[in-house]
Amino acid sequence: MTTTKSKVVYSPVFTDGAEFRIPTFKLLKQDGKLYKSAKAPDLDKDKALRIYRAMVTTRILDERMLAAQRQGRLSFYMQCTGEEAAVIGSAAALDDGDMIMAQYREQGALAYRGFTIDEFMNQLFGNELDYGKGRQMPVHYGSKKLNYMTISSPLATQIPQATGYAYGQKLRGEGHCTITYFGEGAASEGDFHAALNMAAVHRVPVIFLCRNNGYAISTPAAEQFAADGVAPRAYGYKMDVIRVDGNDILAMYQATQEARKLAVEHNRPVLIEAMSYRLAAHSSSDDPSGYRSKDEEAVWREKDPILRMRLWLESKKWWSEDDEKQLQENMRREVLETMKRAQKRPPPPLESLVSDVYDEVPPALAEQFDKLKAHIRRYPDAYPKSAEYAKGGA
Amino acid sequence: MTKMNMLQAINNALDTAMAEDERVLCFGEDVGVFGGVFRATSNLQQKYGKARCFNTPLVEQGIIGFANGLAAQGSVPVAEIQFADYIFPAFDQIVNESAKFRYRSGNLFDVGGLTIRAPYGGGIAGGLYHSQSPEAYFAHTPGLKIVVPRNPHQAKGLLLAAIHDPNPTLFFEPKRLYRASVGEVPDEDYRLPLGEAEVTKEGTDVTILGWGAQMEVIDQAVERAEKDGISCEVIDLRTILPWDVETVANSVFKTGRLVVTHEAPLTGGFAGEIAATIQERCFLYLESPIARVTGMDTPFPLVLEKEHLPNHLKVYEAIRASVEF
Repeated sequence: MTTTKSKVVYSPVFTDGAEFRIPTFKLLKQDGKLYKSAKAPDLDKDKALRIYRAMVTTRILDERMLAAQRQGRLSFYMQCTGEEAAVIGSAAALDDGDMIMAQYREQGALAYRGFTIDEFMNQLFGNELDYGKGRQMPVHYGSKKLNYMTISSPLATQIPQATGYAYGQKLRGEGHCTITYFGEGAASEGDFHAALNMAAVHRVPVIFLCRNNGYAISTPAAEQFAADGVAPRAYGYKMDVIRVDGNDILAMYQATQEARKLAVEHNRPVLIEAMSYRLAAHSSSDDPSGYRSKDEEAVWREKDPILRMRLWLESKKWWSEDDEKQLQENMRREVLETMKRAQKRPPPPLESLVSDVYDEVPPALAEQFDKLKAHIRRYPDAYPKSAEYAKGGA
Repeated sequence: MTKMNMLQAINNALDTAMAEDERVLCFGEDVGVFGGVFRATSNLQQKYGKARCFNTPLVEQGIIGFANGLAAQGSVPVAEIQFADYIFPAFDQIVNESAKFRYRSGNLFDVGGLTIRAPYGGGIAGGLYHSQSPEAYFAHTPGLKIVVPRNPHQAKGLLLAAIHDPNPTLFFEPKRLYRASVGEVPDEDYRLPLGEAEVTKEGTDVTILGWGAQMEVIDQAVERAEKDGISCEVIDLRTILPWDVETVANSVFKTGRLVVTHEAPLTGGFAGEIAATIQERCFLYLESPIARVTGMDTPFPLVLEKEHLPNHLKVYEAIRASVEF
């Protein structure tokens, strides 16, 4: 059975989809004033300041931790710089009970939900308090209590998982949805297409948030796809879609708020394409000078989403020069103090090497573990992190 | 007790699980109203509704990605991959996601509720892409459980155990036996242990180890060998990962000889892992080299399927060679 209801023509007619040009939704100009015909969304002072603090926290954390990586204190880091509004504006439009399944550059969403600087640091240094037990590289955060799924390095795998998670939420009927974040590069993966198609077919309450930040490591978006961004793909799946200025906190907030309504109240999945720019390198291991110009970066530095929000807050008299100074000082001090604390904490115990592979350690693995402990006892100097632990036990 | 074939036993297990727990969901290609191409999910949509038993688009990586998300959310998904030969688009979701979900999150999240069902194996004139036995690829991945039943009674008990096990489990169904294997199956819910092999026949001269459809082949070979006066001990491994080293080693301590057989190709096959472990455990007890009787190192053929497969004559030959070494 075909589901096509198209009209019939009697000569070959090709179409290139040009009629589907998707507009970009904007509210806030860089000077913090609204566009002429724009109206600010319903956003009260408390929430606006919670958003702003999360953005500044993310920026400062990113600056300090990249510096720590450069000093050799940290093995690896990834910054969200330039994309704070896209991430935090969308996360703020959700209910805190909604699930977030992120890619890896969305620490801002976690900061907004209330992940403490201590919790960030424990993961970054993989110490005994890291929820992930020191098993994953830095920035692979997760929080059960904040409904933030632990990050997985493979790109796009989280997207069909979000569709499944949201399908389960729909069956449970508690009015929650899932948002999943990914870059425009990850949108080339098969998992992206599988996820959107399944979400549309099964009418799943999920929001797909594509951070189109211009680059997948060094590959520019123009070499990632020939189409006008990622957004037009939604038509192919019969899915609602909106393209938003990703550096515009108010537009991101309102677009996601509306998307959430479509998802939760009408079981309509939504694709949001947030147009932004990855101002930092892909990761601490990357050097953008090899593939893009300083001039290009400067253009985007002028569009800083945090400054734009600050100017808007100041125009509302919700924020002052003093508030800013105090927040910056407090955050910098807290980041430095917690970093020192986290760095001093011991690593997770040796047992965490073999736990959680299964719900229980299977016999063959228990045997391998006993052999390892015996080996470490023979060569304690070679394994300073675990020599003490290996003294106990079999 | 009801007399059932393996498909009916599997259908009955799914029915039992769905009746007991509304979080159990069955989905995959053609799984909905049609009941699956082999009919393993017959009548489940009619009985439990479209929300709990449904067709998915034709995209294996999507099916398992979706299932991983559902399991993480707290549902109990039973996802069907139509043929084990088509599981590879989902390899990333299984190997990098399902298997590592608990470990990488420090046990904050897990997909323990996940069961993946897939018909596997040859003997149905299925050629390259309807015949493969891919268990060894997955056996190389800590975090997964892999289970293969040999008959209807085992199929129901092991599938119910897999569905309720708190770890992601691959359940490979020997499709050659779907209708060919018939037996008495209890009507109620029962669960057979995972991670435990079963000695299906005791003997003293040689141990023969297999799983799934190969158990029937072993039985035929053993019948022939016993006529020659060779006493055979037969073990069904049942769970490939994590596998029951104790039961196999204890048997080999007694018999001193081991023949392992599977349909998958020799090189890199799971028999190699078993042989390596057992020679470590039982070195001084071995009377002959551990033998592997397997499919050949070729893609799965069509017209020459019979020549390719490790049939009862090849297993019989290996038993003789082991005893006469």
